[in-house]
Parts: sequence; structure tokens; C-alpha cells
Amino acid sequence: MAKKQPEQIERMAGSIPHPGRRIALEILTLLLFILFMLPFVIVIMNSMRTNAEIINAPVGLPENPANLFQNISDVWNNPTFNFLSACRDSLIITVLSLAAISIFSAMAAWVLVRNKTKWSNLLFLMYVAAMVIPFQVVMFPLLTWFKTVGDFIGIPMLRSYQGIIFAYLGFGEAMSIFIFHGFIKGVPLELEEAADIDGCSRAGTFFRIVFPLLQPVFVTVLVLNGLWIWNDYLLPLLVLGASGDIRTIPLAVQGFNGSFVKQWNLIMVSTLLAMLPIIILYIFAQKYIVKGMVEGSIK
Amino acid sequence: MTSKQKRKLTEFLFLVPTLLAFLMVIIIPFIYGIFYSFTDWQGTGSFSKMVGFENYKAIFNEPAFLHSFLVTLKFTVINIVTVNVVAFVISLLVTSEIRGRNVYRAGFFVPNLIGGIVLGLIWQFIFSNILPSVGAAIGWDLISKSLISNKDTVMFTMVTVNTWQYAGYIMLIYVAAIQSISKSVMEAAEVDGAKYWTRITKIQIPLMANAFTISLFLTLTNSFKMYDVNVALTNGGPVGIFMNKPVNSSELLALNIYQTAFKYNNMAQGQAKAVLFFVVLTIFSIIQVSYNKSKEVEA
Repeated sequence: MAKKQPEQIERMAGSIPHPGRRIALEILTLLLFILFMLPFVIVIMNSMRTNAEIINAPVGLPENPANLFQNISDVWNNPTFNFLSACRDSLIITVLSLAAISIFSAMAAWVLVRNKTKWSNLLFLMYVAAMVIPFQVVMFPLLTWFKTVGDFIGIPMLRSYQGIIFAYLGFGEAMSIFIFHGFIKGVPLELEEAADIDGCSRAGTFFRIVFPLLQPVFVTVLVLNGLWIWNDYLLPLLVLGASGDIRTIPLAVQGFNGSFVKQWNLIMVSTLLAMLPIIILYIFAQKYIVKGMVEGSIK
Repeated sequence: MTSKQKRKLTEFLFLVPTLLAFLMVIIIPFIYGIFYSFTDWQGTGSFSKMVGFENYKAIFNEPAFLHSFLVTLKFTVINIVTVNVVAFVISLLVTSEIRGRNVYRAGFFVPNLIGGIVLGLIWQFIFSNILPSVGAAIGWDLISKSLISNKDTVMFTMVTVNTWQYAGYIMLIYVAAIQSISKSVMEAAEVDGAKYWTRITKIQIPLMANAFTISLFLTLTNSFKMYDVNVALTNGGPVGIFMNKPVNSSELLALNIYQTAFKYNNMAQGQAKAVLFFVVLTIFSIIQVSYNKSKEVEA
């Protein structure tokens, strides 16, 4: 019963029953929904066809749906696409960037909230202001600067995992600190004071007391940054290069598509494969993803 | 070391990772970026001389850039309208009394999970293969040739893809806003005899003003910075004529900046364009947010 409550409350929104209007709205929604899903249907249908079929009749049902497996195997084994290694690189970069962004931003936000000095206010304002800086204005100098720094410290910052993860930390942290900052302001200080009196170190107070309380806002930070990093194209293109050893999924898809005369069936399969991981994740974590997207935008 | 010093040290160390990334990825490249735009920078760490406003003068006399600027403005304005209208209509539908609205909500968001490169490729196939084939079959001349290779309709294709991609996200924001409106307000209006349309225009929309501010801001920045869909769908084409010079009729600013630097090897002018891009985007955002804020009412 308890679970049904929001549903019932919601139902009252259009309270007075109006069967004719409901049917009309349902038909309209369904039509719009079909229109929205049509591109996905097209991808799946054409992933099951041969290139000759598509050239002869772009609109049509697959003659032999089992061609899907042949197409997948062609794309999967294509050395230009190299889907498995692209998945691995995307996963490494996304997961490590998310770990760095969420942990470091939470640490910084906590210090900025709990330290009410002129400096901490100034620093916070700087992070907020930096959110308006578009990637385009820093991207060219970033490349030469990363090259210089890499040469100087002897650790390559371009075409390397550490370089792109560090770059994502830099581009993702301002918004994440802002979101954590808003949340931590509402966390009561008493818990931390108690830990302080019990002799807990400052770092211990954060990691044992504050960190676990941040869980709801972690979802927001992970979802917002995760979708962005996973799908990002321009930053990997610049930092990793179009033909470097490390290639994320968007780089692999674009490289594959530009590599030969358009074989639409194989391109459709490559987009299908590229979409699959995130769609599967969405099926399982839909609630969190929707919540994260909404809360991230409102904050 | 006293415990107070230890505390200060811990807090400082907590700020270091984000501060370091912020300096290295945003602040230093940003300062370099503005500086380089006044030099004859060639993309390496060094430059030979200061050129004052020469780069800026040059870009203001470049038809391709001016054209790109106008196309971006046009795209942004049209896109803001279509994304928000579609998103708002869907949000009304999925908060009405229809059955299965949760499934619809989740479904309409799906295109937003997928990156612009993949979506651009899928729609390239639709516009250049599927639609022409349908057009030929039903005898509709306009779509029987690819809408992407027609300079009068290429804008329409970009708006379609971006609306399809982004409306589901903006819909979530509107849905959250609609749900936060007190049910008693809506019911009172209904009991008082306010018709469906009146309830939407006189009560829901004014109470959702904050959601409009956020959504317009998000669509404004997203449209103005559009890059990956542009690359994967049209790559700037087809060729058009502007100020008696051939230009790429669908090349948005972000792509124009990238091409200036890497295709035409003019890093300094590319950087000057990027700085201008930043200034214009910031001004637009400030105007839009302050205008919308002035229209918001307290619920």
C-alpha cells in the first residue's frame, strides 16, 4: 500500500475522470513515442541486413535476420573499430575520472563549507565562475600546456590515461564541488563535533562521518559526470588523438565510420554496439540516472 | 606540530587535488588562451611576436566565420524553441492521467543517454537513405533527395536530431516542476471551473518559471556549443555562398573553431574565435538568466 501512494496522489492531478480525453492523450503519447523510438528500430532492422539489401531498398525488412550475427562478427573483428579495446579504454577512463572527481570534489567542498574564511569564499566563487568557461576557449592552449608539463615531469599528459583523467577532473570538478557544497551546507555540524571530541582526526572525521552521509548527492555527481565522460568526443579527440593507442567508444565509432566507403549495415551495427552498454546500464539503474539528471540540473 | 596546525594541514591537503587540476586544466590554459589570441601563435609552446588585435580583425573579415556565427545564432534560436516546446508537450502528456506514463518518461529520455557521434550517424542514415527512399515511393520531391545535402534543409536536420536527443532531458526537468506544484492548487482551479488549457497557461506555466529558466539556459548553452552532432551528421556541408565566398552552410561555431586550427593550421585565429565564442556565450547566458529570473514568481 505504502508504495502505491505517490501513484494515487499523482492520479489526482487530472482528477475528474474524463475517459474520452484520456484515450485521446494516450493515442497522442503513443504516436509520439513510436516516432521517438523509430530511429532505434531502424538501427536494429538494418543491423540485420546485408549492404546489398540496403542499397537496393533502404526501407525494408531484413530478408534473413540471422545476418545480424555475421554483421556483428564483422564489426567485432574489425581492427579499425576494435570494439573490445574501445570498451576497455572508455571504461577505464570513465571509472577512474568519476572516482577522482567525486572523491576530490567532496573533500574540497567539505573544507570550503566548514572553513568560513575569506579565502574559502573566494575559491568557491572562482569555481562557480569557472563553470561558464566553455571547453573551446581552453582546448588549444591545453594541448601545448599538457605537452610542456608532460615533458617537464617526464610523465606523458597527452595520449595517456593519466592525462585525460586529470583533464576530466579539471573540467568536472567545478560543477561537482558546487553540488557537494550545496548538500554539505545542510549536514548538521554536531556529528563532526562529537567525532572531534572523541579524538578523531580531521581526515577521519571526513571519511568516517561525513563521506557516508553524502551518498544521495554522489548519485547526482556520478550520473551527470558519467554520461558526459562516457559520450564525450571532443576532449578525447584532442587529448588522445584520433589514431592514438587509447581510443574511447565515440572515437572508435567515428574512426570506423570514416575509414571506408559507407557500408551502412556495418555502421548501424557499430552504433548498436556503442549504444548497448549505456542502455543496459539504464535498464538497471534507471531510477538513479533520472534522479541524478533532474537534481543535477536544478542545483 | 599542534593539533590545530595538523588540522589546517589536513584541510589544505584536501584542497590540493582539485586546486591543482583547476589551475592546470582551466586557469593556466585560459590565461594562455586569451594571451595567444593576441599573438601569431602557431600551436607550439612559443610564438614569435605580439600582433595586437590583428587576429580579431581578420576573423571579423572572414565570410566563413561570420556565416558560421549567423548559422549558430539561427540554430540556437530555433533549437531552443523546438526542444522546449516538444519537451513541454511531452511533460504534460506524461503527467496527465494516461496509463503507462512511467514507461513513457523513461523511454523519452533514452536518446539523451547516447552520444552525439552515434546519434549523428544514425540520423545521417535516416536522412540520406531512408527518407529519400520513402520520398521516391510516395512521390514527395522535397525528401526524395537527401535533406542533409540541401543547403536549405540542412538546418532542419540538425534541429531535428538535437531536439530528439535533448527533449527527453528537458522533459524530466519540466516533469519534476509539474509534480512539485501543489495538487490542491490545481484542484481548486478545476473546482472553480478553470478549463484544462486555462489551468496550464494561468497556473502551471507561471508556477514553473524556475524550470523554464533552467531549461532555457541548458538548451541555450547546449545549442551554442553543439559540436559532435554537427560533425557526425553534416560535417559542415553542403557548400553555400555567403558574401560572394563559398562557405560550409551548416558549420556551427564550435566546428569552425576546430577547423580553423587544425584544418587550416591557423591556431592564433582559431584561438581568437574561441575567445570571442566565450565572450558571446557568457553575455547571452547572463542576459537570458537575468531576464528569466525577473519573470519568476514565488509559489
